[in-house]
Amino acid sequence: MNVPLDPALAAAEMPTPIVIVGHVDHGKSTLIGRLLHDTDNLLAGKLDAARLSSEKRGLGIEWSFLLDSLQAERDQGVTIDATRLPFTLDGRGFVIVDAPGHRQFLRNMITGAAGASAAVLVVDVTEGVRDQTRRHAMLLRLIGVAEVIVVLNKADLLGFDRARIDAVAAHLTALLAPLDITPRAVIPVSARHGDNIAARSSHLAWHTGPTLIEALAALPRPLPAVSGPLRLSVQDVYRQGERRFVVGRIESGRLAVGDTVAIGAAGHRATITAIAGWPTPPAQSAGAGQSVALELAPEVVVARGDLLYHPSAAPLRARRLATRIFWLRQEPLRLGESFQLRLATAEYKVRVSAIERVVRIDDLSAEAGTEVPPEGFADITLTAAEEVLFDPFRPEGGGRGVLVDGHQHIVGGAPILGVAAGREHVFPLDAAVSHTARAAAKGYRGAVFWLTGLPGAGKSTLARQAEQRLFADGIDAVVLDGDTLRTGLNADLGFSPREREENVRRTAEVARLMAEAGLVVIVALISPQAAMRAEARRVGGDLFHEIHIAADVATCEARDPKGLYAKARAGTLPGFTGIDGSYEAPAAPDLRLDTGRLSVGVAAEALIAFIAEAIAPKDTAAADGTAVDNGAAALARL
Amino acid sequence: MIPDMTDLDHLESQSIFILREAYHRLKPLAMLWSLGKDSNVCVWLARKAFLGQVPFPVMHVDTGKKFPEMYAFRERYAKEWGLDLIIGTCPPVEEIDPSLPPAARSAARKTAGLATLIERHRLAGVIAGIRRDEQATRAKERVFSPRGASHRWDVRNQPPEFWDQFVTPIEDGAHVRVHPLLAWREVDIWRYIARENIPVVDLYFSRDGKRYRSLGDQDITSPVASEAGSVEEIIAELYATREPERAGRAMDHESEDAFERLRVAGYL
Ligand SMILES: Nc1nc2c(ncn2[C@@H]2O[C@H](COP(=O)(O)OP(=O)(O)O)[C@@H](O)[C@H]2O)c(=O)[nH]1
Ligand SMILES: [Mg+2]
Repeated sequence: MNVPLDPALAAAEMPTPIVIVGHVDHGKSTLIGRLLHDTDNLLAGKLDAARLSSEKRGLGIEWSFLLDSLQAERDQGVTIDATRLPFTLDGRGFVIVDAPGHRQFLRNMITGAAGASAAVLVVDVTEGVRDQTRRHAMLLRLIGVAEVIVVLNKADLLGFDRARIDAVAAHLTALLAPLDITPRAVIPVSARHGDNIAARSSHLAWHTGPTLIEALAALPRPLPAVSGPLRLSVQDVYRQGERRFVVGRIESGRLAVGDTVAIGAAGHRATITAIAGWPTPPAQSAGAGQSVALELAPEVVVARGDLLYHPSAAPLRARRLATRIFWLRQEPLRLGESFQLRLATAEYKVRVSAIERVVRIDDLSAEAGTEVPPEGFADITLTAAEEVLFDPFRPEGGGRGVLVDGHQHIVGGAPILGVAAGREHVFPLDAAVSHTARAAAKGYRGAVFWLTGLPGAGKSTLARQAEQRLFADGIDAVVLDGDTLRTGLNADLGFSPREREENVRRTAEVARLMAEAGLVVIVALISPQAAMRAEARRVGGDLFHEIHIAADVATCEARDPKGLYAKARAGTLPGFTGIDGSYEAPAAPDLRLDTGRLSVGVAAEALIAFIAEAIAPKDTAAADGTAVDNGAAALARL
Repeated sequence: MIPDMTDLDHLESQSIFILREAYHRLKPLAMLWSLGKDSNVCVWLARKAFLGQVPFPVMHVDTGKKFPEMYAFRERYAKEWGLDLIIGTCPPVEEIDPSLPPAARSAARKTAGLATLIERHRLAGVIAGIRRDEQATRAKERVFSPRGASHRWDVRNQPPEFWDQFVTPIEDGAHVRVHPLLAWREVDIWRYIARENIPVVDLYFSRDGKRYRSLGDQDITSPVASEAGSVEEIIAELYATREPERAGRAMDHESEDAFERLRVAGYL
């Protein structure tokens, strides 16, 4: 046997992935089974096996058994998880994805649908539009599947009656229009009997549009994402001897040896010196879809999650993101919850800072809400702990945010629409009278001094002493005390980890606002976790100073001014920091005062000296002649 | 101008992406090497992903019933490819669930051998070269497929997986099966073997009008009628055939649910 190399061996295009969606029992699996059979795509023995399995369950031939391979699926007659099957039509390759139609298995439907470039939406004409018809249509829109073929199934059960089938068609078109989905075809079929699947049906002679396979054949081929700006999200950095390789997949655009690229939020520049290959020789250029290993010069710091881009075509950056989410957790999504946002290989800590609109599934209208129900859709604002580099969501890629919870479970998709309105609008106010200007006018800078430490370490005592002394010296100092705040601003918060986090966040925000207004703010708050204080530092920026009021548990317990240690020991105060709640001492505070060894007076002096030093105006314009803030300098001269 | 990527380029690139994700997320990690065509492609892709040197061990779960050609292949290429080879053994069939049909029961020895390796090396990730088009329950697999402490596949409750975000559980004793070849078809494997010149065991090529299409244990795998004596001829044969790949694997055909039961219990 001497066979010439099949042309398909040298080069072939990727198959077109198509997902079949719709309400449970509307005939998706049957449609696919029939399609495979009628187009001769079934392997030997499959039909017999399906027939056998059907008979065993007392059924006539169940076409869906060609897809529903699990015992539970066959016994219950329902698709549980998505199946992908290769399928060929006149030499063109497709991958057909059978998605489950049950609400409970929405996560599996998305798993199947997310990679598809087209969808077939199946509707049982005897039932018309149902919940999952709407939900799936909405999802197609959200994940960017724009090509949709509508199949009106079980036409046999309506005696192929045109008027009744047309009525369902009209209802469906009305549903899809507000979602910006214009179906490529609306096809009445009987999946079970094969009408209008591969062959035109004499029962449906009134239908002038395409059969299902004609509609499939007419679908556009998926486009490669080579066009568009260069985006490579770094997966890893490998070392081999002296050489260092930055590896990742090009999400869009192209790169070439000699290109200058910017890296991550810091935007450091480097030049691509090589695109390594094994066992192939190095390449000169590479494009979207390729997994590459790059060598860069100079040796800048690159880490997983960093985005590589051409400096002339940078992505957007923001801390507040407007997203349109689909929610997959079995419990509602609530305001204030924290997640990890994954965007390609980058991971950001985010908080749900606003729920703008929640979609009502019965008519796909949207209204304001305070939580997003399971399997719900909503527009929400995510606030990230640091700047997020992103491109707005496009069907071809980009902006594909995914929410992950603390147990490393994917709990939702969050396509990023753009920068959320919010803080951005506040900055102009700041600019009118800048911080430097205030400092120049008052003779000292507003700042935040964050006193952290065990209960009884002396935070409140020292804070109040410093406040009195500074005030006496003409400095507007004010103490924000954790206990006091909990009677007002934070009265709604308890002591769970999430509430403690929120307590710290609010305190940090208020402290920053006051410091920006020119006050010297002394915060006395246990803030036991390093992560909480990192958040406070992030909020406070360069106005923030961390001061560890250090004293060991034994010392604090011996003092026990409020009798709390005694209660904690007695078990009536569970989670009490120092007893059964952990305290993470700061590794590198700006100042540490060991009140176990220093007297109150000495410690207070040290604190006051530190504060005085920190708030002394850094009037660089006057000190070294560098004009940092012309407005401030001008104001200062007035 | 960059040449357009072919389908094989896409498949290769996606598999490399998956392997690099697994290497970053799952430690310790190992790859299963059954010495068959798919796992050879898997090893090859790993060498590409990590620029020539596979940075984790490659494990052969040895049932002791493989063909002599396979053992020779293993010794030769483990050395030639510089692999860190771990060989695991399997318990005798008497120790396996007697309610399974005979061939499935024999195949389940491998599940037990694999479990021992996973526990001994406390693996967080195991890379396996299974494909969706091989078998109907594999068609429902995830790329990152979490297994609980008992190694069971909770097929009714698989996690969502989309936009190339792969989930990794963090419970004690749990691990993740990583499937970089899930999207490949049998014919793609052979086209890639041809393109990259990847060695395979001779048993795949026709001898006396028969060849092995899928390689398992000697006693439960049978050859199929074929004249294909070269990789190119195999590719041509696959474009024409209607016979399923695993027709020669006895355990797939003993009962409707035999393979699902095997897989749920931890089989590949
Ligand atoms: N009469 C009739 N029944 C159908 C047709 N298509 C599917 N069915 C039946 O509808 C039921 C549900 O089908 P299935 O394919 O499992 O629906 P899925 O949940 O959408 O996958 C099965 O009993 C099918 O036999 C059709 O065109 N006509
Ligand atoms: Mg179904």
